[in-house]
Amino acid sequence: MAKSTTPRAAKNARTNRKAGRRSPLASVALIVIGLVATGGAYAMFTSSATANTATANSTLTSDGAKLFAANCATCHGMNLQGTKDGPTLIGVGAASVDFQVGTGRMPLAASGPQAEQKPVQFTANQIKALYTYVASFAPGPGIPDKQYLGGNGDAAKGAVLFRTNCAMCHNVAGAGGALTEGKYAPSLAGVSAKHVIEAMETGPQNMPVFNDNNLTPADKANIVTYLKYLDKNPSPGGLDLGNLGPVSEGLFLWIFGLGTIVGITIWLTAKAN
Amino acid sequence: MAQHGDGVTAPEGDAVHGSAVTTALAVSHQTVESPGTAVVPTDPVINPGFPPHNPRMTDLYPEKAARAARQVAILFYISIIGSIFAVAAYVAFPIVPGDPGSIRINNALLGIGITLGLLGIGLGAVHWAKQLMREDESVELRHGTRGTDATREKAVEVFTLGNNESGIGRRSLIRNSLIGALVLTPVPAVALFRDLAPAANPVPLLQHTMWKKGTRLTRDPDGTAVKATDVTLGSAFHIIPEGLNDREDALEQKAKAAVLLMRLRPEDLHVSEARKGWNYEGIVAYSKICTHVGCPVALYEQQTHHLLCPCHQSQFDITHEAKVIFGPARRPLPQLPITIDSEGYLVAQSDFHEPVGPDFWEREL
Repeated sequence: MAKSTTPRAAKNARTNRKAGRRSPLASVALIVIGLVATGGAYAMFTSSATANTATANSTLTSDGAKLFAANCATCHGMNLQGTKDGPTLIGVGAASVDFQVGTGRMPLAASGPQAEQKPVQFTANQIKALYTYVASFAPGPGIPDKQYLGGNGDAAKGAVLFRTNCAMCHNVAGAGGALTEGKYAPSLAGVSAKHVIEAMETGPQNMPVFNDNNLTPADKANIVTYLKYLDKNPSPGGLDLGNLGPVSEGLFLWIFGLGTIVGITIWLTAKAN
Repeated sequence: MAQHGDGVTAPEGDAVHGSAVTTALAVSHQTVESPGTAVVPTDPVINPGFPPHNPRMTDLYPEKAARAARQVAILFYISIIGSIFAVAAYVAFPIVPGDPGSIRINNALLGIGITLGLLGIGLGAVHWAKQLMREDESVELRHGTRGTDATREKAVEVFTLGNNESGIGRRSLIRNSLIGALVLTPVPAVALFRDLAPAANPVPLLQHTMWKKGTRLTRDPDGTAVKATDVTLGSAFHIIPEGLNDREDALEQKAKAAVLLMRLRPEDLHVSEARKGWNYEGIVAYSKICTHVGCPVALYEQQTHHLLCPCHQSQFDITHEAKVIFGPARRPLPQLPITIDSEGYLVAQSDFHEPVGPDFWEREL
């Protein structure tokens, strides 16, 4: 029974659907749906943009409080006061939270020499809720202004500042480098301008703070411009081998250069058979 | 082969006769042709002779020889193609000013072309020699370096003639004045090169830097002064003395006077009695020049307060007055005593109390 009727029922349904799609009212319905959707979305966006910022912030703050209680409070305490497992977050500012959570360093996966970068656990809105919540406790460095993120500063000035302030740890080409006891300065290739500036302002983990009195926002924009220049321009010297200087280049030469010489020497001195 | 074999068997076990009996080879090579040899060895290194000669495949089979010849020619053709490719690539992918990527592709293709051009010739020549050229072993004996008696007499004659014609042996006034002139010609060079040494005694230069009482601490590289309030907790500032950029010897001075400025919690600092008042509210300034071999030490970890030298991994603990906690450095980094002036800018109290940087002979300590 079931076997014989099911295909026919399906066929009927299919013809009904086809008839519905061909109905003269279909295009009208489609237009109506489209208009309603567009208008609704427009209304939603404009209303959120023009809504009272206080109420928006309060919803963000309450969302952030829930997210914080669920994901961060174990180590940082319910009132951000910190515990023996994590530092206090009072006064760290929105920039710190955005950097740590936005690069996936927080929530911490495991305790180690330093927090590892990993896939980001939250959406952009959740991150915004979190940093709004944390920043509501005490003032601290805020999210950097968009005008400094475009990479339209002076790359040459940025390079000078980078060499003085950043290159000793992050390598002159931004390739990163080792620190003490398993800690390291990460590579800066492909790191977003916002996260670079937030790191300078807040000094995540063992990185020193480079506040706006040390490197002005314009200086920071120049450094970002230099980093973007490095990202966009390949090394003129060919294979950069990780930009690690004599370590990787020496290893390459030891293995491949000497290997080639040894191989050629063996071939040169071997008797023809 | 057979005659070498005979030569080998003769001296074996004949040590009783000492120098009197040697092989034909040893006699001809060592007693006759080397008159300067005082000792005739009784157990000379025995000439092992040639290994058995094995003909190559190319000697036995003409088609193999023809194949090897083709391979050599192909290698030479590869060289030709490589050289032409290098020129073509150089023209087709020029270096565009301002575009580093164009340098990269230009260099890479040019390098590949020239490599093929050279390697093709080299590999072809070696392959040719190994597979096709005559390959039976042979010996070429060395000849003495002494000229024939006729040549030697002729040389003596030329010198004697020169002496007679110029009279250099006879006219001692000319000869001696010429010797004097020749000896003195290099003297100006001594005077010139002597000036390449540092004009002043380098020891005081090593013992003092530009810092003195009241010199403001300014940012590297732009030389703007730093206020104590600018240095927030966890900050690290790279510092040069005020006025450094205006000096003609700015780089020489910077190499000694560069300073790293850090702010820690005052309770984290372990200050010895002699250095009380050298920091300002937890703001400390240390020489950036490593006491090991003078690399710039600036890898500051703001949580552990360790300062790492990237060259040889010396580590300094800022909380304990830059004490060495790891690595080859022997002395702590010198501390610059700082305070603030009436406008709130950070200033040095004095120069460093000890020479900065690595050891030198005249350093007392």
